[in-house]
Amino acid sequence: MTVPAIELKGISKSFGPVQANKDISISVAPGTIHGIIGENGAGKSTLMSILYGFYKADKGEIWINGAKTEIPDSQAAIAAGIGMVFQHFKLVENFTVLENIILGAEDGGLLKPSLAKARKTLKELATEYELNVDPDAVIEEIGVGMQQRVEILKALYRQADILILDEPTGVLTPAEADQLFRILHRLKDEGKTIILITHKLREIMEATDTVSVMRRGQMTATVKTSETNPQHLAELMVGRKVLLQVDKVPAKVGAPVLEIENLHVTDEKGVERVKGINLEVRAGEILGIAGVAGNGQSELLEVLGGMRPGTGSIRLNGSPLALSGAGSDARARRDQHIAHVPEDRQREGLIMDFHAWENVAFGYHHDPAYQSGIFMNNAALRADTERKIEKFDVRPADGWLAAKNFSGGNQQKIVVAREIERNPDLLLVGQPTRGVDIGAIEFIHQQIVALRDQGKAVLLVSVELEEIFSLSDRIAVMFDGHIMGERLPHETDEKELGLLMAGVDGKAA
Amino acid sequence: MDFLTIIQVLDSTVRLATPLLLACLAGLYSERAGIFDIGLEGKMLMAAFFSAAVAAVSGSVWLGLLAGIASSLVLSGLHGLASITFRGNQLISGVAINFLAAGMTVLIAQDWFKQGGRTPSLFAGGRFEPINFPFAEALSGVPILGPIYSELLSGHSILVYLAFLAVPGTWWVLYRTRFGLRLRAVGENPAAVDTAGVSVVGLRYAAVAICGVLCGIAGAYLATALQAGFVKDMTAGRGFIALAALIFAKWRPWQAMWACLLFGLLQAIALRFQNIDLGGVVIPVQVMDALPYILTVVILAGFVGKAIPPRAGGEPYVKER
Repeated sequence: MTVPAIELKGISKSFGPVQANKDISISVAPGTIHGIIGENGAGKSTLMSILYGFYKADKGEIWINGAKTEIPDSQAAIAAGIGMVFQHFKLVENFTVLENIILGAEDGGLLKPSLAKARKTLKELATEYELNVDPDAVIEEIGVGMQQRVEILKALYRQADILILDEPTGVLTPAEADQLFRILHRLKDEGKTIILITHKLREIMEATDTVSVMRRGQMTATVKTSETNPQHLAELMVGRKVLLQVDKVPAKVGAPVLEIENLHVTDEKGVERVKGINLEVRAGEILGIAGVAGNGQSELLEVLGGMRPGTGSIRLNGSPLALSGAGSDARARRDQHIAHVPEDRQREGLIMDFHAWENVAFGYHHDPAYQSGIFMNNAALRADTERKIEKFDVRPADGWLAAKNFSGGNQQKIVVAREIERNPDLLLVGQPTRGVDIGAIEFIHQQIVALRDQGKAVLLVSVELEEIFSLSDRIAVMFDGHIMGERLPHETDEKELGLLMAGVDGKAA
Repeated sequence: MDFLTIIQVLDSTVRLATPLLLACLAGLYSERAGIFDIGLEGKMLMAAFFSAAVAAVSGSVWLGLLAGIASSLVLSGLHGLASITFRGNQLISGVAINFLAAGMTVLIAQDWFKQGGRTPSLFAGGRFEPINFPFAEALSGVPILGPIYSELLSGHSILVYLAFLAVPGTWWVLYRTRFGLRLRAVGENPAAVDTAGVSVVGLRYAAVAICGVLCGIAGAYLATALQAGFVKDMTAGRGFIALAALIFAKWRPWQAMWACLLFGLLQAIALRFQNIDLGGVVIPVQVMDALPYILTVVILAGFVGKAIPPRAGGEPYVKER
């Protein structure tokens, strides 16, 4: 057997009382793509940060290419030929591509020779790996896909032979992700060793040769990708059987709950985002709105949720609602029994520095049940939070923890619990499972379906077609502020929706 | 207003802008590295006192300058310790330094010199003397260019020339050297610097130290060149004006120079024209004296365009979990 490119032996690391990594051993063969999969908080990123010298392991050894190596800091990792592409890019936003690439790897005190050398090397790398970027582009002006290339180029410029990518597709569009995987295969063909950290099963199946599964700080299995399947991996990850598809009974559709007529929305820059749409959501059904991000879905949700004004008319259970001015703000909407799980939970759904029990009240904090004279009845609030935490299986089950200290999935559970438990007539949900792990996705989907089964209306906006298909009873596709068409999930497929999402009307053509 | 008056006003503009410029560049280094520093004022004041005190005792202005720089560096070290090593709040640390300097200078001055919190007046050798350019005297008679050469350009102390040379110097360091690249990077995204294998702490201490040296020179200039000795609170808010100039200049060296010259001009006008008579309406001297400070408030309130500070400014660097 060849000498492993990386061998970790008995790595342990704890942060205070939390044991992030427990006695982890792993061996990665050179010239392969090795996947590490696990739910959020399973300890994947910690393990890789140890390998990159960002943290120091409490115990354990690191062997690189058959030699025991100490990695006390990032510099040592770079010297050992390890490059890392973090989930949140470590780029200086107002620097050019070239400046970012030489940062820390300059050749001397003056910049000019370093920049010239980097420009030349970049050209070579671009032809060798098909990694084209404009060296003089400023980072904040290029897309995330390009920024990620810069991160990869940074590692290659430092002559990395081992490349670690932490959740690389989280910010990419499907097309960009495909491109990334082509690049990774190319790198592998050139003899680089790649570690791919992800919680997406599809990527593991598509891209890797070997996969290791982590759960709660431990390595539970390492298998050849060709010898496993998504269902099996999901079970290894979560530690129990998971439903990758939502189980749901046929919808019992009732009277229209939400009727939208000729709705127009203009954003703060004066650009018209929603251009006269008509929609209807009935009781007991989930209407899924598919579309590429930025085609007016967000604005639609925000108008309905009372976060921005619009023109046209909307009716809830037959009675008209204001679209601007009094009665159109978020509080009014909640009083009108419209609940809203916003698209960006960290900015609009939660206050990240506040405790879970405070977050559970937001938007409903004026509820008489939470009042005690002129004071807030915090005890009642906390009791309520405890109940919701238990019902929604929020982990850790600690209402005193700040929102930011929960994983993405558990943060989302807090938001969903807050909104669904109000028993609204209409639930608005935006990207309910963005950055959420498999176990939590399953749970959140079940909750949404349960609300629908109680005869409530749900308006779902998601850029994940898989999610749209598995939840929706009816699908509307939005493109450039218009509804391109409505389809029933069993009468259409990803291809047809994909065309509609790109503004091509399949039927008309 | 004749030509000579204009030249004289501009001449004093240069003198008055010098301490602002030094402090402003000091702040530029620190803030570009992500360490906000409202303690410029305190550092200048401390340096002003120690430079004057040591110059008075030793009779050597150069020893005075060194003492001023050293004392300012001590306060810089304190600020660095609080905000880099212990990741404290940079504003609070800065405020503390200002109070510390305001109190300590007077206290020590009274204890050492017993002159009511001031240092003895400095005489020759204890002050930076003006440097006269060759033929300044002879050429002063030449129309237009003569006065510009002999009045405006010639006849300043060495620290004035140093301050203005520091402008292209700073530009060169920031944009043409490895250190400058890393310094700008650490103020924008320290994580990028850290993952590139460069010490964030080391860079930030270096920046804070440079800030200390420049503030030290600024303080020494106040007490040993602009004036002849230390008096209580002699910085008179110049540290804050320098901060305003820094924001006005959007943290760029050349613009910082122009901003400081503008503030210097306002001060010079206030000094020269005590009561301005505008066709019956007399603007009292107090209004003129207040002008630089009013402009400071206007700038800090954001009336002059949107200034985007270094993105990581004010935030202690903690490796994320």
